[in-house]
Order: sequence, then structure tokens, then C-alpha cells
Amino acid sequence: MLSVDLLTNALVAGVLLGGFYAAVSIGLAISFGQLDIVNIAHPAFVILGSYVAWILNSRFGFDPVLIGVLATPIFFLVGVVMYRIYYAAFERTGQESLSGLAFFFGIMFIIEVGIMLVYGVDYRLVAASYIGKSINLGPIGIPFRMLVPFSAAIVMTGAIWLYLSRTFMGRAILAVAQDPLALQLMGADPVRIKQFAFGLAIATTSIAGSLLIIIGPVEPSIGRDYIGRVFAIVVLGGMGSINGMFLAAMILGVVESVVSTFAGPSWAPAVAFGVLLLTLAVRPSGLFGRR
Amino acid sequence: MKPRINAFWLSCATLVVGGLVLTEVLHNDYYFNALYVVLQGTLMAVAWNILGGFTGYVNFGSAGFFAVGAYTSIFLDKYFGHVLPLPVLIAAAALVCALIGLGVGYLSLRLKGVYFSIATLAMAIVLATLISNWRYMGGARGAYILTPDTYLWFHSYIQMLFMVMLLLTVGAVAISRYLNTSRLGRGLAAIRDDEVAAECAGVPTLRLKLISTTLMGALMGIAGAPYPFFVTFVDPASAFSLFVAVNAIAMPMIGGTSHWIGPVIGALLLGSAQQVITVTVSSELNILFVGIMLVGFVTLAPQGIVGLVQKYWRRAR
Repeated sequence: MLSVDLLTNALVAGVLLGGFYAAVSIGLAISFGQLDIVNIAHPAFVILGSYVAWILNSRFGFDPVLIGVLATPIFFLVGVVMYRIYYAAFERTGQESLSGLAFFFGIMFIIEVGIMLVYGVDYRLVAASYIGKSINLGPIGIPFRMLVPFSAAIVMTGAIWLYLSRTFMGRAILAVAQDPLALQLMGADPVRIKQFAFGLAIATTSIAGSLLIIIGPVEPSIGRDYIGRVFAIVVLGGMGSINGMFLAAMILGVVESVVSTFAGPSWAPAVAFGVLLLTLAVRPSGLFGRR
Repeated sequence: MKPRINAFWLSCATLVVGGLVLTEVLHNDYYFNALYVVLQGTLMAVAWNILGGFTGYVNFGSAGFFAVGAYTSIFLDKYFGHVLPLPVLIAAAALVCALIGLGVGYLSLRLKGVYFSIATLAMAIVLATLISNWRYMGGARGAYILTPDTYLWFHSYIQMLFMVMLLLTVGAVAISRYLNTSRLGRGLAAIRDDEVAAECAGVPTLRLKLISTTLMGALMGIAGAPYPFFVTFVDPASAFSLFVAVNAIAMPMIGGTSHWIGPVIGALLLGSAQQVITVTVSSELNILFVGIMLVGFVTLAPQGIVGLVQKYWRRAR
């Protein structure tokens, strides 16, 4: 039975979810899409962001989104250090494909198990005055725990989009994606730009993580569910295109929400990977492909 | 070359006979449990290396093959009312996973490098979702399996499973060694180094890749098939565990991927270390240890232990 109310609710929830997915994926759109660094550990950093939000929220009662924003410099530095190691060990020697993948796979494991060892496998959640409330527009209910992450995500992706397309450094990042050699001939250092861009990509996970823990409780291994989602979104969006990534995130959010409303939540994880496999098989360049 | 081949088969035979002797002299089942886990890891590592090391296609979905192998034996065991002997189940699992491997091989036509790796990860999760929603197999809650109470001439069921695993692993190592040293293996190495150049030079890349993925799938299915009888309870979370996948990658990477002995060395070292850590410290720390070893080796010694030894030998000469 297809009920209109149920469908509208699923669609609205899907759009809100899609906005949040955009926040989770934008970092990967930069690192994987622009820099060709296959950061499989990206969702693990998001979980790390959630745990930072949880620790500071439960100890000092700060607002989770505020914590996410304040923690970005630290995440940025972590990203810079990660890129230095990655560059020295793999990119310089041209071994990034096999060894680089294994490297990030290992990093993902270390983060996940590290959190598990220190804080256990319990579900953690944050407290904020708006969590649990919702606006009702007729039959449609919009919970604040979805609306706040959605708004924050829109602001963040919008800001990064503006940054990449308007500022000098942003354009340099886009340029390094297209042709690092040409950039070098222009007198710019591709390694420094990539290092900055990778730091930026990891910095976004701090905010994305704080949004994740507003939406629902978080435990260390939840990041694995996001591997498929973020890669599906970036690949479907067309590798590095921020607009495409945003559209893809919306599509995935809506499809997933509709599927879990009508077929049951246990099928939701397959949606992302189904979309991913389909995209890879049919149109590997994605919606807004640059190749 | 002649004496080296004999040395290889001799050591295989010694291992098998050694295993048989062990079942006679050792009566503590714990040791067989531990050895079984190490051997299972070795088999997975050898299987992963056939595609990952020899052919250069990184498979993140090892846990998917492993779990499908395990669930194939659960299905057949339940469907035919617990009468099928273990070798039949293993053969069936090999067949099913070989077919999936063949499908993955065709995937590699369109997808190279990173995209292939992500697609295999995606495939494993789609399979996990399917199994979680399949009520006949226990769904997300998992399935119990009864171990038969006959175990040939062995003193306990686990002893027999250990011997089965030992035979399978030795067989897999022999296959992997054959692949590595034969004409076929040189074709695979050509694909790994430069697929386009290999194709131009007349290497039948598609056929070789299909052989490689099919073989890898079958061997991983074989590794998974006895698993339900080993643990007696299987749920999607444990069968599709990322730990299986990371081990299958970490062991060859630590041992060295270009030589057939690499994954064996890596698996024996890492597997035994894991057993020791699990017993003396904790199983979480053991997973952390794998992660750190993997990251450490790929950054500092990308050629693995085999690479380090080769470098040392060259310098010594």
C-alpha cells in the first residue's frame, strides 16, 4: 500500500539525509576526487569527529556543532601530517595504488580499534536542547536532529564550494587535480597545495562527525556503513565535481529513505553499494564527470 | 631445478605427516583450534595473493567470498538434513565462489585499480545485506550448526578439521607456487606491471584475469566452507567481518606479494602473533596489532619480508 503521507515523509527525510551525506562526502570529493588519494579511512575520521563531539559534549556540555567547528584546526593538522607520510612513502615513489590503499585500510583499522579500546563498543550520544523536538507541517514531521545537521551541512558545502571556485588557493587545488606538472611550471608547489587540500578534506570530517552524532547514536564500527555511501556519492557525482557530489548525495539520501520506509531498514545498506556498482558498471564517469 | 621441486614436495609431505603425528601426540584441543585459525588465515592470504600480488588487482571483498563459502555449507547442510560429507560441502562452496570470482573477473574489464577495489568492497556488503535478509539462513540473527559426532580415526572433531585445513592449505600453496613459477604466472606479472603493454605483447589478459579471479574466489570459498563447523554458530557480522578482509590483505603485504612464499611467511608470522596476543592480552589489541603492522610494513618495507631478505642477500653477495 502506497500512502501519500508516508511517501512525502520519506522524501522529506531523504532530502534532509542527503544534505548530511553531502557533508560526510565533501571531504572525500576533495581527497579522492581532486587529489586522487583513495582515503578509505575517511569515514573512520568522521567517527573520530563524532567521538570528539561526544567527549566534549558529555564533559563540558558544549553544543556538538560548535565543537565540530572548533576542532577543525586539529583535524586539519592531522590531515597535513597524514599527507606528508603518504607523500613520502607512496606518492613520491609511485606506489600509491596498491600500497597506498593498504595504508589507508590499515589507518581505518587503527582508528576504529583505537576508539574501541579506549571507549568500548557502546553506543554514544550527545545532548543538546534541540534534539528530540520537531516541527510539524501538516502530516509531515521534521525532527530538529535532522534539520540542524542538514542546515549545517548546507552551510559547509556551500562555503567549500565558494572557496574552491572563488579564491586563489581553491583554484590552485582544482588546478593540481587537472595537471600537477603544469602547476609546477607556473611556479607553484603541487605538494604544498595537495597537503593543504588534504588537510581541508580531513578538517571537514570533524564537522561531519559532530553532525553524525546529532542524528543518532554512534559506535566505533558504524563507519564501515559509510564507506560505501561516501564512495558511491563521490563516484556517482563524477569524481571531484562538488555540484555533482551534492546532487548524488541528495539522490542517495532520498532513495535510501524511500527504501527503508517501504522495504525495511535492513535493506538500506545495500542501496548505496547497489548504486555504486551500477554507476561503475554503466557510467564510471558519474553524473558530472570531468573525464 | 629438479632438486628444488623435490624439496618443495618433500616439505609438503613432511607438513602433512607432521600434522598427522601431531593429532596422535597432542590431546589438548586448544592447540588445534589455534592452528586451525592460523591455517585458515594462510589459505585466505595465499588466495588473496593470487589476484592481489600476482595480478595486481586489490580485492577488498575477501570476507564476501569467505562468508559465501561458509553460508554455502550451512545451506546445503540444512537443506539435505546434515548428511552431506564435508568434502562435498567444500567442493560446492568452491564452485559457488568460483562463479562469483568469474563475475568479479568480468568486472575487471571495465574497472581498473581503485575502482575495482571499491567495487569488490561494495560486492561484499551487498552480499552481506542479502544474507542478513535471508530468513532460511538465519538472517541477521545467525545460524547454528551441529558438528557431526563421527570424525574418522581422530580423537576429536577439531583434530579432523585441522587436518582438512592443513591439506587444503598445502594444496593452495602448491597451486600458488605453480602459478608463480609457470608461464601463466609470467603472464599475470605482465598484467600487474602494465596491462596495456601486456595486451599489446599478445598476453591474453582477459583469460588470465578470469583464471586468476576464479581461482582466488574458489580458494576463499574453500577457506570458508569448514568455518561453520569450526565455530558452530555463524552470523553475517562474524562471517563478513572486516577482520577477515584486512587479514587477507595484511598477511601478503607483510610477507611480500611478488613471491608465492610471501603470503605464507606473512600469514604464519601474523597468525601466530595474533594467537599469542589474543591469549595473553586481548582480542581487540590483536586487531589493532594487525592494523599497525600493515601500516608499518607498507610505509617502511613495501616489498615485505621477502623483499627485505632479497635485499639483504644481494648486499651480502
